[in-house]
Amino acid sequence: MGNGRIQVSVIVNGEEYQEQVEPRLLLSDFLRHDLGLTGTHVGCEHGVCGACTILLDGQAVRSCLMFAVQVDGQEITTVEGMAEDKDHLHPLQQGFWDAHGLQCGFCTPGILMTLVPFLQENPHPSEAEIRAAISGNLCRCTGYQHIVDAVLLAAGYMGEGIGE
Amino acid sequence: MKPAPFEYLVPDSVEAALGFLREYGDDAKLLAGGQSLVPAMNFRLVQPGVLIDLNRLDELGYINPAAEGGLRIGAMTRQSRLERDSLIEQRAPLVFEAASYIAHPQIRNRGTVGGSLAHADPAAELPVISLALGARFKVASAAGERWVAAEDFFLGMFTADLSPEEMLVEIELPAPQPKSGWAFLEVARRQGDYAMMGVAAVLTLDADGVCQQARLVYLNAGDGPVAARQAAEMLVGEAQLEELCEAAAAKAAAEEIDPPGNVHASPEYQRHLARVLTRRALQQAFQRARDARN
Repeated sequence: MGNGRIQVSVIVNGEEYQEQVEPRLLLSDFLRHDLGLTGTHVGCEHGVCGACTILLDGQAVRSCLMFAVQVDGQEITTVEGMAEDKDHLHPLQQGFWDAHGLQCGFCTPGILMTLVPFLQENPHPSEAEIRAAISGNLCRCTGYQHIVDAVLLAAGYMGEGIGE
Repeated sequence: MKPAPFEYLVPDSVEAALGFLREYGDDAKLLAGGQSLVPAMNFRLVQPGVLIDLNRLDELGYINPAAEGGLRIGAMTRQSRLERDSLIEQRAPLVFEAASYIAHPQIRNRGTVGGSLAHADPAAELPVISLALGARFKVASAAGERWVAAEDFFLGMFTADLSPEEMLVEIELPAPQPKSGWAFLEVARRQGDYAMMGVAAVLTLDADGVCQQARLVYLNAGDGPVAARQAAEMLVGEAQLEELCEAAAAKAAAEEIDPPGNVHASPEYQRHLARVLTRRALQQAFQRARDARN
């Protein structure tokens, strides 16, 4: 009991996958190990650090706090789904590039995935709103200032239609 | 860490979920938003033999108007809906205001109203809010349904009045009284962290501005949501509430809460926070009650 595998059909970054998984497999491990999408990072595995944040049906969620079996029939976007190709970054990625919004980069995928729906809902955020939005993502390098700068820059790019 | 193996069941109706609960009872855990349960499973603090996933029960995700201006909220309603819903804003402004204090946006996107209440974490916002508003909970099992008042529901640390075969299915919030005011305040080291102290205040005035009812409820101040009844009673029957805010706050902080203390805040500091937050919350609630139309 408990070890039987269950079929999961899920669309990740527009591509359909069908896999057999153990019920206890975390969604974060499914993305990394079964699908090879290692852009989603695993930090704490108890919902504190935010590194594993992905979009589930367009909403930012922690993939370490879900089981892969739960996403059957749903759509996921990971950081790999953001940019068109390496020469055409998402405006948020471009903002992080231009404003040095990362150092070691471990937290960056989770922060980007948190901010995609945030900027859709709030295209002209204040600095305080940005800080509240990323309150569930830990960064141990930057002190957050360059991340906030990057988001403000990205919001401007999106307003001008750059990178879209 | 990774969770221990379990059998995974996905009921497609409340009835089916209750049937699974009757069958597996103590050996089963209900998976709602999973924002507290899955960390506990990852740490292997919790190792259920059977996991009953409620996330396909769309029938439990709703915010509906109830008779006489109240609200009915399905147990699987995501917390993020509370901070965006216009019915919540109109009919339960305390919930609307406090929702953004519940953890972080990513957590609120998954976390559910019923899950947080059933988990009964003394540091959580929703138990405190439901007690301050005088909510009622509909609890179901295969044998039937019953209603429990919020003041009877929270039995202790992580313990709600739910047997292994029962499930919280609906939350009923009463309509706000005319001439009522509210406030929710908390202090955390970082937005979304467990608060070191928090308070919900609800006041109702009569047409002459005399306080008819007062509630003060605290988080992280004991074994569950802690109501300061004596401090609230000091305000009832009084009209000059501004002069009483400080005294009521001092009484609640000194005598009616039992803050446990942690690495970030000693019990003494928690009491200090409680006193300051209570004074501010009462002033804000009083102002809102006085400014309220009708």
